[in-house]
Amino acid sequence: MQIGPQTVVSRSLVPLLAVCSAASMLLTLWLIFVYVPTDRVQGVVQRIFYVHVPLAMMTFLAFGVTAVASAAYLWSRNPKYDHCAHASAEVGLLFCSLVLITGPIWAKPIWGTWWTWDARLTTTLILWLIYAGYLMLRSLTMHSEQGARYAAVLGIVGALDIPIINRSVYWWRTIHPAVLVTREGGTGLTDPRMQLTLLCSVLAFFFLFAWLLWLRYRQAVLEARMTALWAAQRIPR
Amino acid sequence: MIPLLRKEFLIEWRAREALATALLTGLLLLVVLSFAFDPTSPLRREAAPGAFWVTVVFSGVLAIGRSFVADRENDCLQGLLLAPLDRGTIFLAKVFAQTAFLLAAQLLLVPLFIVFFDLPLSAHLLPWLLALVLVGVGLSAAGILLAAIAVQTRAKEILLPLLLVPLAVPLLLAGLRVSQRAFAGKPLGEAVAWLHLAVGFDVIVLVVGWLLFEYVVED
Amino acid sequence: MSNEREIVTLVELRGVAKRYGPQWALVEVDLRCGRAESIALLGPNGAGKSTLLRILAGVTRPTRGRILWGGQEVALASASWGRKRIGFVGHRSFLYTSLSVRENLMLYASLYGLANPAQRVAELLGRFGLSFVQDRAVSHLSRGLEQRAALARALLHDPELLLLDEPFTGLDVEACAALMELLREERARGVSVVLATHDFQVAEALCERVVILVGGKFEHDGPLPASVESVYQAVVAARRQALA
Repeated sequence: MQIGPQTVVSRSLVPLLAVCSAASMLLTLWLIFVYVPTDRVQGVVQRIFYVHVPLAMMTFLAFGVTAVASAAYLWSRNPKYDHCAHASAEVGLLFCSLVLITGPIWAKPIWGTWWTWDARLTTTLILWLIYAGYLMLRSLTMHSEQGARYAAVLGIVGALDIPIINRSVYWWRTIHPAVLVTREGGTGLTDPRMQLTLLCSVLAFFFLFAWLLWLRYRQAVLEARMTALWAAQRIPR
Repeated sequence: MIPLLRKEFLIEWRAREALATALLTGLLLLVVLSFAFDPTSPLRREAAPGAFWVTVVFSGVLAIGRSFVADRENDCLQGLLLAPLDRGTIFLAKVFAQTAFLLAAQLLLVPLFIVFFDLPLSAHLLPWLLALVLVGVGLSAAGILLAAIAVQTRAKEILLPLLLVPLAVPLLLAGLRVSQRAFAGKPLGEAVAWLHLAVGFDVIVLVVGWLLFEYVVED
Repeated sequence: MSNEREIVTLVELRGVAKRYGPQWALVEVDLRCGRAESIALLGPNGAGKSTLLRILAGVTRPTRGRILWGGQEVALASASWGRKRIGFVGHRSFLYTSLSVRENLMLYASLYGLANPAQRVAELLGRFGLSFVQDRAVSHLSRGLEQRAALARALLHDPELLLLDEPFTGLDVEACAALMELLREERARGVSVVLATHDFQVAEALCERVVILVGGKFEHDGPLPASVESVYQAVVAARRQALA
């Protein structure tokens, strides 16, 4: 119910992030479609990497933020952290969905199949399922404080489980190209122009992630304040 | 801890609810899955490990979903929480009891499974049973933590499988790989790494559950 | 009657508030409960009575405020120290329905770490007139006997403070009187009582102080009046008027 000092911060931060995000995104588009050379083995479809890989990175970052904010919430019981965890999980799920969409677009011409049960794909899909469950849990609890507590527990357990899931599906079978580790063949990014494009794209998607996170976070804070006002009206002092 | 375990076993002995749920749904799945594969095909034996672990996980999830029924009936969980006792202890007692019920049901399913899928008796049973124990502990630990959450929500029955199954994927894969080797009549070999993975999963979930159960049951 | 003796504080709530989601169940409550004191907690449904009792019992974490036992603050994490001194009877009995009365009491006796649980359980079963049903499953007990067993459960560890959350709901006159008699005995032994109830006669018979809770706030706190009902009606009516 208190009006926190973060209002001021967020008001100046949101436009800044929006500008950064838009500018870097435009630059990245130019880099991807004009500047960067076409991969000599995979052809033009390889360019989707510059979207796919940063999205995947931001997905992991988002779920990492959710886990840390969840732990902070259980520790401090400050609803601020809960809003942060919630917002990050939503943005993360969006990015995760995009990863799962861009992946098959690349895989069809290169691997000859839309979907394989390769380690990273499988991990990403399971990740998607866990955080879809996380958001579902949030919508099914009796009141927001309970939802925050349960979601925090799940956020922590889910994040701790990810490395184990990753290990297990990696052992299961894997044909995913190691993009960032240079190997022989056309899968590693050896060209410095390619590396620059990827770097720029990662930065652009980071700004986009941060911007969406702030927007969603602020919305959650305002929503909580509004429901508190509604509730206060029903029990007048 | 011991009085809590005694209580769990006593209640289970009277009602046999967990055992019956796990056993009957397991049996049902086993029958349906063995129908699904052509009995004359050699593929049947290939599919055996998959059929077995799907049965274990789903019948386990259903049984775990019922694990708080007795504790909620008369608000008994509140009674336990009122006692001067660590919440982690309540969690561990429930996990160990649940593991025992799941294992009991699965041990009864194993002979049926051998019959239905026509497995060679030379199969290496020991690693398979070890995998069963490890999966049982991990599934119960993650399951009890999530079931305590799920029973408090508006979608009690459906939420637990939705949350638990994705988290339990490593266990499922570990069980599969170990029993694939066992059914093929091969020694464990490098598949021992899967048992280590399952142990790691169990330890992490037990510790995390022990620490976080407090936040699940407070209100 | 309480004026004549020095009241030693047993437990104290300071500035306790509890919020469920956007709703405040309790708004800034201060309560001091003395040794051997008996407080009736009255209030309409949803006024926060149960929440207050559960915070006192250490099973609900207050959003704000502190709980002090004998002047010392107790955190929820280490609340087991406070829990040992509290007995709680709710409208649900906390007894496992498929276990017998004796098995239930033995379970709780060992959870409270009693030195000689069997002896203590036998003693309480005798005193509460439950010996004849001690091996019967709780699901086969009448509501009256079940609530009596619930009180026995709450008294296993000789608590200093007894919290009662509408323990008489659903009891017939006879069972009510029997339970009341047992509670009077405990009062006489110097146990403090906080009783949440809707029944004015029960409050008059058992308590020496009346606290009225409306909308999560104390609207009245004083010694037992001649007619609890008229005070209650007046307080609630005044409150309604303030709202309108």
